[in-house]
Amino acid sequence: MYVAVKGGEAAIDNAHALLAHERRGPEDVAEIAPRQIETQLKLAVDRVMAEGSLYDPKLAALAIKQARGDLIEAIFLVRAYRTTLPRFGASEPLDTARMAIERRISATFKDLPGGQVLGPTFDYTHRLIDFLLEAGAELPLPAEVEAAHEATPRVTDLLDDEGLIERDVPDDMADVGDLTRAPLDFPADRDLRLQALARGDEGFLLALGYSTQRGYGRTHPFVGEIRFGAVTAEYVPEELGFAVPLGSVAVTECQMVNQFHGSADVPPQFTRGYGLVFGQSERKAMSMSLVDRALRTREFGEDVVAPAQDEEFVLSHCDNVQATGFVEHLKLPHYVDFQAELGLVRKMRAEHAARRQGTDSELKEAAE
Amino acid sequence: MTSSISHAVRPKTEGYLVLRRQALMALLAEATKDEICQILSDIGAGALAAAAVDLRRPESGLVMLRGRAGGDGRAFNLGEATVTRAAIRLPDGRTGFAYQLGRDSEKARISAILDALCQGDEHVAVERAARTVRQRVAAEAETKARRVAATKVDFFTMVRGED
Repeated sequence: MYVAVKGGEAAIDNAHALLAHERRGPEDVAEIAPRQIETQLKLAVDRVMAEGSLYDPKLAALAIKQARGDLIEAIFLVRAYRTTLPRFGASEPLDTARMAIERRISATFKDLPGGQVLGPTFDYTHRLIDFLLEAGAELPLPAEVEAAHEATPRVTDLLDDEGLIERDVPDDMADVGDLTRAPLDFPADRDLRLQALARGDEGFLLALGYSTQRGYGRTHPFVGEIRFGAVTAEYVPEELGFAVPLGSVAVTECQMVNQFHGSADVPPQFTRGYGLVFGQSERKAMSMSLVDRALRTREFGEDVVAPAQDEEFVLSHCDNVQATGFVEHLKLPHYVDFQAELGLVRKMRAEHAARRQGTDSELKEAAE
Repeated sequence: MTSSISHAVRPKTEGYLVLRRQALMALLAEATKDEICQILSDIGAGALAAAAVDLRRPESGLVMLRGRAGGDGRAFNLGEATVTRAAIRLPDGRTGFAYQLGRDSEKARISAILDALCQGDEHVAVERAARTVRQRVAAEAETKARRVAATKVDFFTMVRGED
């Protein structure tokens, strides 16, 4: 247990001034501008927006600068900032079918209507350090070809007529759970699980997703589709009564198609896991969809045999701000607590020694 | 990105006017503050704009962005976005509103003024002045689409051996 301490004000002030100085670094190196972070370290910005659960690239870039590149610290800053703002309301659900596609791939359908485009990806690079980036070489312009502007339906809509893939059914009468307003309760419905996963730690979800692939709650996944691009966010203010386009939001969506499930009423069909994340983050969207599917265990009457299927375990530990808060609080002064433990262990040792002495003298007597 | 609006217009609003306002709002959301100021100055509405009073002072807040499970299923809360809103009234009584991603109060307030103006005769001038921004946004989107199209991929499945 933590007991409050006082004192140390001067040391704390000086430590923070030292931090600011170290953050700036050597003065003969140009200071980094948030705009540079926003545009050139975009994927770090995307991660901070996703796990900070706040879409605002400028703010995320500033948080990364303030946090000296520590992304969990930046996420913490963004989470703290959001608590200072009033909430106007909730948007209409984003329509990812009308995304301005920047990347779209499928591992299951070679000839996807609307086509597969690689977009800006690390895939198929050789992962060799590029020393030209150090030298600041001039880049050729990207290639351009005629854009077809075809419709790009979600892959899961394609096999619809055969019913080979389970359908998600909209239920707009149902309340949408919000874990920022009410504490999580178990069992949690899928809306709450998806919200928790969308803001959950990428590393934690990656490891859990990986564990399902290695056999801890296997789901036999295929990437039905991954798409990244901009969608328009719409909000209906009460005073206007019509949908106001707020602007575009970049998101990554992953449709994971998993092995069959059927019942007496429903013939076998592929099941699905879903991932949706702010910004360009395929690893996170894929991990989220693997874990989403694993967490649907109850729904499909499967046994909970692995960590990724245990919703209380996953949802209680996927938030890195909560996790870092509890882990890092251990470094705060715990003097009172530790004093009590010291006292206890001394007493136990004294009792132990006394017992031992007693036994020794008994043994001695017996021997004599 | 220009936006097409999926929503059925609610009966209490006049359909055509709503579509016009939505189209302008979509454009202003993509425009920079400088571009929006330029539109206001191009239509010579500086004096009118100066006389606008705040119905609600520009304010930054949050809108919870929702997604749907599987893209088309049950709605869930994806995460919030910063949104700035403004509401003004012109001396002639017209009111204008703005709700935009981000935290730029000045941009939101001028956008609200343009929303009010586009509900009257000035809408032709507003739309003409906005054409430059519309072209800039469309050209950027087209360049991006052409670059993305150049990464279109056709994978061929190799024929396996006689196994």
